[in-house]
Amino acid sequence: MDCRVTLAQTNPVLGDVRSNLTEHLEIASDVAKEGSDVVLFPELSLTGYFLKDMALELALPTSAPALGGLARLSRDISIGAGFVERSREGRIYNAYGFFENGELVAVHRKVHLVSYGMFEESRDLAAGERFRQIESRHGRFGVLLCEDFWHLGGLYAHFVNDCDAILVPSCAPARGAEASVTGFSSARTWESMLDAAALFTQTFIVYVDRVGFEDGVAFAGGSRVVDPFGVEIAKIDGLDPGRTEARLTTSALHRARGVTPLRRDEKPWVLAGELERHRARGDAEEVS
Amino acid sequence: MSRLDIQPELVCDLLVRFLREELHSAGFSRAIVGLSGGVDSAVSASLSARALGAENTLSVLMPYRTSNPESEAHAKLVAEGLGTPTRRIDISKMVDGYVEPEVVNDETRRGNVMARCRMTVLYDLSVDWGGLVVGTSNKTEMLLGYSTQWGDAAHAVNPLGDLYKHQVYQLARYLELPPEVIDKAPSADLVAGQTDEADLGFTYAEADELLYRMVDERFDAEELVAEGFDREFVRKVAQRVVRNQYKRIPPVIAKLSRRTINQDFRYLRDWGK
Repeated sequence: MDCRVTLAQTNPVLGDVRSNLTEHLEIASDVAKEGSDVVLFPELSLTGYFLKDMALELALPTSAPALGGLARLSRDISIGAGFVERSREGRIYNAYGFFENGELVAVHRKVHLVSYGMFEESRDLAAGERFRQIESRHGRFGVLLCEDFWHLGGLYAHFVNDCDAILVPSCAPARGAEASVTGFSSARTWESMLDAAALFTQTFIVYVDRVGFEDGVAFAGGSRVVDPFGVEIAKIDGLDPGRTEARLTTSALHRARGVTPLRRDEKPWVLAGELERHRARGDAEEVS
Repeated sequence: MSRLDIQPELVCDLLVRFLREELHSAGFSRAIVGLSGGVDSAVSASLSARALGAENTLSVLMPYRTSNPESEAHAKLVAEGLGTPTRRIDISKMVDGYVEPEVVNDETRRGNVMARCRMTVLYDLSVDWGGLVVGTSNKTEMLLGYSTQWGDAAHAVNPLGDLYKHQVYQLARYLELPPEVIDKAPSADLVAGQTDEADLGFTYAEADELLYRMVDERFDAEELVAEGFDREFVRKVAQRVVRNQYKRIPPVIAKLSRRTINQDFRYLRDWGK
């Protein structure tokens, strides 16, 4: 792997797939000309985030013409973009499509829908049930959509399946301006988790958050790339739309993994045994 | 440092962006703010001037004949400091046209009529000015219900609704608003000599400390008492928060159909913007 990845930190128009798609195509076309190999947009980048009843109205089958435009452009550059997917049987998913070589080659359906506090995804969306890797011509990628990243399972699945980079498209709000921290506390939390994930998994962690407001809720931006040593190598500061590029290489992965051979020493079968015991025991305590 | 302390520069930046984006997405580039001479409206006007330009923010002074002249003087001071265009509308005739023939002597009723007359003026001028009404209600008064429904609580967008009074003061100092406005006792000025804290029976500082733990940190009553709050104060504030929920949400609709507005017809206000 030796690829140039562009993060596109956008401010999608809520519910306007047509105008969001136009912006996607313009940005992807521009960065392809600049020599990037991959361009990544945030979670639900084609629709906006707080969809409520619009989720049903905006859902697209993977064969939709709107996605075809991205597929065609992916002959020039690989593209990751968020949309609402309507499956063949009619389920609605928070989905992230990866387009390459002229077609939609992979779709990740968000596994861990977020439904607490200000979020209510489970009310409108079905949950995905797998963490699969994308065999891109640029490397092996795993996708964790925002809340997916807060659960260790997906991270571990991509770790043991030897991903080169874990892509984390998000719609993370800006929250917590207390004087005891610098910047938004929600953004600091994300940075800590992204840094830790890079160290634990020894992969590139590519985080793409959106900006802008939806009914008073600000999205925090701060898109960034952390290398397998846990060092930030690219970042978009602030709450403005923007782009940044990072170079992802196999040599960096090998150096990190050579210095600290976590993968060599990992024992996934120990975890598998523990999970088997957990399943046999059941999650809840018996009522006596 | 208080646990309520904020980073004023960060908050100011967010709120300026909020006003700019929410107004622009609704198709507006101008705003209108009712300036009372108090700290909340001064902060709202200042944020609006930063977001849209002072020339695009209309400050409106709306004294009643019994209003404290100091209120108007302070409102003028704020508007002049910001450099906003200003309108002065005396609401005395408007209010008296109703309260005198109807013999409305109850101070609360009279105060509510004044607040709603000011709302009527602001919403009417907003059409002429071509701007949206920017709110001035902070989180403390919204939680306590210390406002007039459809009066001072009426607005299109509110930059202060998630800031406790303590945090509004912090922002006011950061925005370098006149000390006269920041340092005086808060007053709705609906009755001569009235102060908010005398009305409420406790100080904003006390209410902020309690509400922050109760609402933001979700302490229950026993935990609040263990933190040193007086049990009766906790009960009184909690009761105000519950009783005034109706002021914070749209009116209740009787459900009949399969799809009822705000129940199962659910869209953001930014829908289609």
